[in-house]
Amino acid sequence: MIDKFLPRLDKCPTGIAGFDDISGGGLPRGRPTLLSGYAGTGKSLFALEFILHGIERYQEHGVFISFEESPKDLAVNVASLGFDLARYQADGQLRVIQIELEPQALIEAGEFDLDGLFIRLGAAIDAVGAKRIALDGAENLFAAFTDMRILRAEFHRLMRWLKERGLTAIITTERGKDALSRHGLEEYIADCVIALDHRIERELATRRLRIVKYRGSAHGSNEYPFVFEKQGFSVMPITSAGLSYAVSSEQVSSGIVSLDAMVAGGVYRGSSILVSGTSGTGKSSLAVHMVDAACRRGEHCLYLAMEESPDQIERNMKSIGIDLAQWRRAGLLNFHAVRPTASGLEMHLAMLTRLVDEISPKLVVVDPITAFATGAIDETVKLMLVRAVDLFKTKGITSLLTCLTSGGTAEEATAVGVSSLVDVWLTLRNLEAAGERTRGLYVSKARGMAHSNQVREFILTNAGVRLEDVVLDEHGRILTGSARQFHEELTRAEQKVSAADQERRRAALERKRHVLEEKVAVLHAEFEDDVRALDAELEREALRVQASGRALGDMATQRGSGQTTQHTPR
Amino acid sequence: MTDPKMKPTQYVLRLYIAGQTPKSLAAVSNLNRICEEFLQGQYEVEVIDLLENPHLAEGDQIIAIPTLVRKLPEPIRKVIGDLSDTEKTLIGLQLKPR
Repeated sequence: MIDKFLPRLDKCPTGIAGFDDISGGGLPRGRPTLLSGYAGTGKSLFALEFILHGIERYQEHGVFISFEESPKDLAVNVASLGFDLARYQADGQLRVIQIELEPQALIEAGEFDLDGLFIRLGAAIDAVGAKRIALDGAENLFAAFTDMRILRAEFHRLMRWLKERGLTAIITTERGKDALSRHGLEEYIADCVIALDHRIERELATRRLRIVKYRGSAHGSNEYPFVFEKQGFSVMPITSAGLSYAVSSEQVSSGIVSLDAMVAGGVYRGSSILVSGTSGTGKSSLAVHMVDAACRRGEHCLYLAMEESPDQIERNMKSIGIDLAQWRRAGLLNFHAVRPTASGLEMHLAMLTRLVDEISPKLVVVDPITAFATGAIDETVKLMLVRAVDLFKTKGITSLLTCLTSGGTAEEATAVGVSSLVDVWLTLRNLEAAGERTRGLYVSKARGMAHSNQVREFILTNAGVRLEDVVLDEHGRILTGSARQFHEELTRAEQKVSAADQERRRAALERKRHVLEEKVAVLHAEFEDDVRALDAELEREALRVQASGRALGDMATQRGSGQTTQHTPR
Repeated sequence: MTDPKMKPTQYVLRLYIAGQTPKSLAAVSNLNRICEEFLQGQYEVEVIDLLENPHLAEGDQIIAIPTLVRKLPEPIRKVIGDLSDTEKTLIGLQLKPR
């Protein structure tokens, strides 16, 4: 990317999930980074994880200087993440030092510097051979002393000193009202500045991380949601790989043969499918077919039930002949019931990430995604969904998201917002005609595959979903439900009538042929008679000629002397 | 305190410095001057050079240099700087009300 035009900056990986992706490899190595945020946004945890991952994964020892929390509290905080601070310290990989500042017990009487601090840091750094250091809550130094002139100079010297020693450092600071730090620390730390934020939008708490500045490096400039999880701090980027995941050309069945036929034989593995529709159009029913089909192939499925309890879904789906309980027992189907508003969006994303890692499903169903939003799907929710879909794609997981639409003229407005994220979009809608409601299904979009443009009638039977071919009446209107049945009966009856008619016409023709043949026979007979009559006449004539010849001969004998018919001409 | 029958309060003072810097040297001489003037015969001073004994900085939570720590009488008090401001030094040692 832009990186290649700039001199490559050596990066120091933090080991924090997601962060190294958005920062192009981590923090600037050998330089200090300012981490700014309001109280409780997770600055200390970020800094501590940076140090501990350094020890665990990158063989870089570390020093953690706390200006606020006691080492005991810190140890408790990270114990739940599986880090044992005492062990690292005993092994000589880590030093944790608390700097206690008691401004009320301090009087300034003349020139001073912070050599005491430098000496303590130096001793700790040397003791473990540290490559990483965190100064957590360093701005407290400014509160402890009154001579700001000295403090500024000393802080500046401290940053230079850390650089000279080649340490990759994180300095955390509480965010000021209008500035990144209360004491303008960003003036001293120019290489990299990261801001953490925690705000509440639409009753959903969301934590965000933003790289405000990163000198000499390209970096993601978005605000990235982050969470604290069992495994610690976790930033949710759209992976830096972007859209370059491997795609599969393997097609998988939706569990409904007639639906597979509508999308050229099945959806691609790893694709994302959106099923939108108003309430009661059969979105979940469609989803469980896909689940059922996947489980039959022995694939693991993750079903996030956002509105109904798993038991309720199982019971309901039994009525259309799908036994989900067997897959649950077989350990193939993992239901996960979530109350969408119970936690922030980034928390859901983190949970999804964790579940996907744990279960390694081939299919994930989120039913419905609309439950993430309290109102319409806004940018925040969309962003989260982008990341979720991205997560699935990078892992080659087929995903099915259902989307509840509100109906009306702008009925698919919600779905439209999300549809750009997905590869296949199936729309279910109620078709009302002749006082009856039926369900219709059509393929709104199917990336990279030939697909049917027809609306199909979507019928729920006790043996699953069936899609009926579309039936049009003489005006080109789609007929569904009993109207379709009536139309079909009518057509059958008409066919019956025309069959009888044909039979009759065939019989008439047959008769005609009979008559014709009789006529031919008569003519033939007459002709035969004529022939015979002619023959008889010819015979008679021949006999007559013979008879007259004989009579002439007799006459010559009578008149001449032995010479027959001799005339004496001259 | 000035009651002759009572044993005069004993001051135990510790001055932290870091090498022979001008600030450190100034602090040592300023402290000697103040002690002689205000605490004659009732003080002990220990000067600790953290460059020689860096680990000693932890105990008294030393950040600034020079730092003068009043170990006794309790409570512990700290005065930082080269002690060129006698007034503030006396306040810090609670030899003078604020």
